[in-house]
Amino acid sequence: MLKLESVHTFYGHIEAIRGITLGVGPGEIVCLIGSNGAGKSTTLMTISRILTPSKGRVLFEGKEIQNLPPHKIVSMGISQVPEGRRIFPKLTVKENLEMGAYLGSRGQGVRDQGQGDGNQESENLLEYVFNLFPVLKERQKQLGGTLSGGEQQMLAIGRALMSKPKLLLLDEPSLGLAPIIVSKIFKTIRELNAEGLTILLVEQNARAALKLAHRGYVFESGQIAKEGKGRDLLDDPDIKKAYLGE
Amino acid sequence: MLTKGLPFYTILLPNLLKFNAMFFQQIINGLTVGGVYALIALGYTLVYGILELINFAHGEIYMIGAYLGIIFLGIFTAAGLTEYSLLLSLVLTFIMSTLVCSAYGFTVEKLAYKPLRNAPRLNPLISAIGVSIFLQNYVMLTQGATDKVFPHVIPVTIIEFSNVTMTTLQLFIIIVSLLLMAGLHLFIMKTKTGKAMRAVAQDKIMASLLGINIDRIISVTFIIGSGLAAVAGLMVAMYYGLVNYSIGYLVGIKAFTAAVLGGIGSVPGAMIGGLVLGLIESLGAGYLSSEYKDAYAFIILIIILLVKPTGLLGKSEGPRP
Repeated sequence: MLKLESVHTFYGHIEAIRGITLGVGPGEIVCLIGSNGAGKSTTLMTISRILTPSKGRVLFEGKEIQNLPPHKIVSMGISQVPEGRRIFPKLTVKENLEMGAYLGSRGQGVRDQGQGDGNQESENLLEYVFNLFPVLKERQKQLGGTLSGGEQQMLAIGRALMSKPKLLLLDEPSLGLAPIIVSKIFKTIRELNAEGLTILLVEQNARAALKLAHRGYVFESGQIAKEGKGRDLLDDPDIKKAYLGE
Repeated sequence: MLTKGLPFYTILLPNLLKFNAMFFQQIINGLTVGGVYALIALGYTLVYGILELINFAHGEIYMIGAYLGIIFLGIFTAAGLTEYSLLLSLVLTFIMSTLVCSAYGFTVEKLAYKPLRNAPRLNPLISAIGVSIFLQNYVMLTQGATDKVFPHVIPVTIIEFSNVTMTTLQLFIIIVSLLLMAGLHLFIMKTKTGKAMRAVAQDKIMASLLGINIDRIISVTFIIGSGLAAVAGLMVAMYYGLVNYSIGYLVGIKAFTAAVLGGIGSVPGAMIGGLVLGLIESLGAGYLSSEYKDAYAFIILIIILLVKPTGLLGKSEGPRP
């Protein structure tokens, strides 16, 4: 579904990723783990074309997308929840969600809700997200900046789902959240995947991520050091030592 | 105004006693210019909110709006339309001037600011000053350096109630300014594009990650700001009757002051800042001295920068969330 072929990207003057080759198949959860600054977020930002790769190709459903502007990438069905959630603090919760549906929905990843006109569909999607995270419905008239960290993460994921993406890029969804919220977020990710959404996940919490993911890639200073099935990586002695603290 | 040997307040006191009629007269005059300042200030604040750029060429867009008003009204009058229907002719003049001025604003952004989007922040600012000088000279060369007279086609009726007078034109300017401000407010709060403008102002990267075309939103911002400036320019040309290639400079800086007064980047701030500045100028001219009329704006700018640099409704400086 998504393929990166020896992609290089500069972040400022530093070549943050150097020859990344990876793939995500339809219906998979793939996770990227590795230490800070290893290039995981840069990889996601390159896929969304916020950063421009200096070399290499990015293919989505067989089409080259590395030269398309960011809004075209979204319209093809790739949605990203970036690190730090980036809620619009002065937009209400509902307005934040509406911005997620700015282009109207294009993908088919999330289960098809209604086939009516655009407005009807966006209402249905709103209901879908409110069902997924009922707390957002209660808070829909509040400003985004007034939500707690966990609520903001739910809002960020809900907002990304409003474009009905085929592929969801998630950057550090558990960062800075209480364990009970983290398990709720991971449970939601599993449910979304069960509904057919393909997910590329970046996580510091390597153990939880590898348990959740079908496959994983281990990043080390801008390159892929290891790849494999989630279970196999969990049992890998090097990875246990470096990332799982055993 | 200050007479030697007399303390300041002895001059002030008799003036203050002429309270009622003069006070309301100055309020009406103040709202008229204030509405115009507010319309122009909105252009500064909208662009600043999205690009963090002080668009110093904005005053020139206002000046071009005034010239376009004279040109289009001249054309419609020559074509006999004004004789046929003054209202239709004026409406078309407003529409055409606004459209052409918006095209100017759109082009300025594409040519002078967009290529510098990722340059250090000083570069687009200098580019803006360059555009301002260019547009002044462009108008001076094509339209001449002497004052142009706005065609006397609009009959002026004076409305009078208990010593306070107001021309129909003043009433028109106040109503149009308030309507446009209300319209802009609704547009920004309720429409999809308006919400996207607010989203882009808050976080450009996140807005692009949601599929919002940033370039398009920036263009819309310049088109709206320039359109408002065109209406302001046209109304001032009707009000004062004279237009000159350099009128954009002073009014531009005053409207910028109004935007800073209200809190640059804040839309309601620009509206309130414009009206407050107009009232202060007019009350100052009435009660203190009309010779220092232009100085009041800048005294206020200095006070605001010293006391509350974020303005009346501005957000406090600090790291973005």
